[in-house]
Amino acid sequence: MTLSIPYLLTIITFLPLVGAAIVTLVPGDGAKKWLALATTLVTFLVSLLLWTNWQDGYAGMQFVEDVVWFAPLGIRYALGVDGVSLFLVLLTTFLMPIAVFYSVLYVEHRVGAYMALMLLLETAMIGVFVALDLVLFFVFFEASLIPMYFLIGEWGGKNRVYAAVKFFLYTFAGSALMVVAILIVYFSTGSFDILALQKAQMPPAVQTWAFLAFSLAFAVKTPLFPFHTWLPDAHVQAPTAGSIILAGVLLKMGTYGFLRLAMPVFPQAAEQFGPLLATLAVVGILYGALVALMQKDIKSLVAYSSVAHLGYVMLGIVAMNAQGVSGSILQMVNHGLSTGALFLMVGLLYERRHTRMLDEFGGLWASVPVYTGLFLVVAMSSAGLPGLNGFVGEFTIMLGAYNYMPIFAVLAAAGVILAAWYLLTAFRKMAQGEITNPANDREHLKDLNGKELAMVIPFIILFFVIGLFPNLFFDKINPSVEAMLETRAAVLQQATAAQTPAFELAEIIATEAQ
Amino acid sequence: MNSADLQLNLHPVLPELLMVAATAAVMILDMFNRKGRTPTKAALPWVALVGVLVTAAASIWLIGQPVSSFQGMAINDTRAQALNLVVLAGAALTILLSIRYIPNVNRQTGEYYALILLVSAGMMAMGSATDLMALFLALETFSLGLYILAGLNRTDLRSNEAAMKYFLLGAFASAFFVYGAAYIYGATGSTRFDLIANALFDGKADPSLLAIGVTLLIAGFGFKVSLVPFHMWTPDVYQGSPTPVTAFMSVGTKAAAFAAFYRLFAFALPSEQATWGPVLGALAILTMTLGNLAALRQSSLKRLLAYSSIAHAGYILVGLATATSAGIDGALFYLISYAFMNMGAFAVIILLERQGEMDALGNRLNGLAQRHPQVAMLMSIFMFSLAGVPPFAGFFGKFFVFAAAVSGGYSWLAAVAMLNSAIGAYYYLRIVVNMYFAEPTEETRIEPQQASIPLAFALGISAVFTVALGVLPSLWTNLVQSGALNLVAMR
Repeated sequence: MTLSIPYLLTIITFLPLVGAAIVTLVPGDGAKKWLALATTLVTFLVSLLLWTNWQDGYAGMQFVEDVVWFAPLGIRYALGVDGVSLFLVLLTTFLMPIAVFYSVLYVEHRVGAYMALMLLLETAMIGVFVALDLVLFFVFFEASLIPMYFLIGEWGGKNRVYAAVKFFLYTFAGSALMVVAILIVYFSTGSFDILALQKAQMPPAVQTWAFLAFSLAFAVKTPLFPFHTWLPDAHVQAPTAGSIILAGVLLKMGTYGFLRLAMPVFPQAAEQFGPLLATLAVVGILYGALVALMQKDIKSLVAYSSVAHLGYVMLGIVAMNAQGVSGSILQMVNHGLSTGALFLMVGLLYERRHTRMLDEFGGLWASVPVYTGLFLVVAMSSAGLPGLNGFVGEFTIMLGAYNYMPIFAVLAAAGVILAAWYLLTAFRKMAQGEITNPANDREHLKDLNGKELAMVIPFIILFFVIGLFPNLFFDKINPSVEAMLETRAAVLQQATAAQTPAFELAEIIATEAQ
Repeated sequence: MNSADLQLNLHPVLPELLMVAATAAVMILDMFNRKGRTPTKAALPWVALVGVLVTAAASIWLIGQPVSSFQGMAINDTRAQALNLVVLAGAALTILLSIRYIPNVNRQTGEYYALILLVSAGMMAMGSATDLMALFLALETFSLGLYILAGLNRTDLRSNEAAMKYFLLGAFASAFFVYGAAYIYGATGSTRFDLIANALFDGKADPSLLAIGVTLLIAGFGFKVSLVPFHMWTPDVYQGSPTPVTAFMSVGTKAAAFAAFYRLFAFALPSEQATWGPVLGALAILTMTLGNLAALRQSSLKRLLAYSSIAHAGYILVGLATATSAGIDGALFYLISYAFMNMGAFAVIILLERQGEMDALGNRLNGLAQRHPQVAMLMSIFMFSLAGVPPFAGFFGKFFVFAAAVSGGYSWLAAVAMLNSAIGAYYYLRIVVNMYFAEPTEETRIEPQQASIPLAFALGISAVFTVALGVLPSLWTNLVQSGALNLVAMR
């Protein structure tokens, strides 16, 4: 008998918002820092109730809340999680305390505003993953821009203002047409309910235009090649905690949007444009990996590796079969963890040396062995070494992609090799060889301390847990994925069934007219 | 003429009458002032404010009891009351902004507050007029008052120029309007909206006369709400007028003219919708695009907001192009949101102006966030809301207006408007960049004034409603409920 907690999702979503208000009001930077950390920790602990109270094997939405928000248009405040969104919520609540703890240690400039913005961002991100109403989804989706914009613009690197403005305008413009598409969908189906829309039949013209508009918004957010150009700027300029959240969670809003909305709500259009999206995904995988190989700055290397990794996620989603989709969901979590951890490691090094240029390093094995060892594990997780998390997701996606169109799986596999190449190259330049720069020697460079280890270790544990026991996760993901795919297949079948007789009838009329 | 026609029901004009009464009260009180015995000067704005609040209460009380009166020349349906509330919100905030500002500009504060109230009465009458003559009366009432208000600063050349320009072009606009009304009368034989509609329905109207009439009316309204190509006066008048007057103009004029615009087209000319719908759509696109592109290049904050207000007129027009009730309800939500966010933005500009100045350059915002974080935060809220970013009121304003457009078959128009709002985001964002990420130079580093208590109050109210309407848009729609804004029924 599990405990049922009323309004659990509302609590998880808005706890950070309450925290942000308190953080703004209390005096003293120290108090603000610890209150922010406490808020994210409590949010994480509360979100674990989703896991403990999870109804295994149930495919539908759980912890559902549904109230009228704006009656005249039938807009609802509807929340729920299923296997598709559960781990994205948990990923968010897991990454936040780490990102905030990192900031507690290293952020000194305007702490109150910084912490409040981080917490606002958390509310927006969780909101995106639990919203079941299209308008509510969009509100959270767009609201996340504001805190991220300020985080990059105020606490970022040298080019931070340019990067922040570019980030905001790119994503805002990308989603502009989505508003119109949302309205078109509403007036052709009469609903903003995401689940109802997945079952609804829509005229092909509506599907095509709406799919393109939704895809544009999500492709910019993901980012899918060739809409990725804002990402390296934003990542390189963002503060470390911002990068962790940006890569870890914000990008998932794009892929989640494809998975929850664009692909299942417009199945016919999705079939039609699937090969195009898959091609862009594969181009992204190869392009991202090749550009990553060329980078001299570790942070931009990791940023480009994100473009490549999200290419895999997209490929699995476009495949729209059980392996592809389930693999994508797990891979979203994996990418969040691996890339989040990579940014964390890069950030920790940056705090010590104030540079991120690969050439500046070398021989770190000898001076900071603990750091270097952990960095290797993180890099291997990102490269998809079997036994660690990345492998499980990528492999499942490959299976799905192979069942979809084998050529994509073959090309994507080349990306895996490239990933190992650029990560190992980076590792070699950083860790191996002689210490050429005295700043890297044992006297100048300190190894990780306890607090820093406390941030890194949870990642490492999860890498192994997911890598070794993937079914812990797949068992919760799969039922919802299968149900979604069945609904989609049924809708597609109905659409073809509805079209065929009409077509035949037209032919008969045409022949009789002659 | 039957006896029912002779009955004089004052209900439809009760709010207007109350405003006129308040005007009279302010003027009488001001007379005592001149004798220099009783210091009533300080009480004037508060009397005006009480008048506004009482009128607002009356408006709310009238909701749900629609009556037509004056032989069909005026009606007090929910939309008229909704418009009243938009205008009254604008007037109340304007009064709060003026308390410290206006005495520095002109000593005749009594006239100022009286004019604000009278102008409001005229604006409110725009929304309840259902006859071309009544409409013209309302139009002139508020226009004449605004000409004087624009030139309030008699010693400032720019203020003089603004008043002159506004008056000359406004007079032209009024002439266009009257001329158009005459043509419509010629075509249909009536000035009453319902009789015009009947004549059109029966096919009795002369189409060429009607076309000329409608074109002239659109031109007349176009001047008032500054649609491109009738917008030329806007930047100069906005920049030259005393800032609280500019704020009031941007909110009130727009609301009143759009309400009348809608009523005329939806009540009198519904059968012609297929003809003028696309024309309005084209005007909307021109207006928002030109407004946004011009705003990108402005360094003066008031000129920037002038062009931004042109762009917003374009967005609102999108809702009217369909002439559905959803369109006007969406537009009214847009207008009330716009009232709060734009008033808030102007309040911040007032803080940035130096003594005797009536404008501020954008770079004066540089580094504001470090020195005055609260002001910068409020300004950011207004800017994000104007850009249409959720969870602020501006987002739902756009959402409802564009929903009406999509439901009326104008998806392309909504798409162009959304792309336009992405352009608009750039210049609103630039203000935020200035406040947060730019370092002030010696030249631009000017300490903002200490906010007076009424101004701080106005800022606070504006911000609270900008957020509240964005989070709970039903606050407004429930208040002016009439089963309106019911897009589901429209499908």
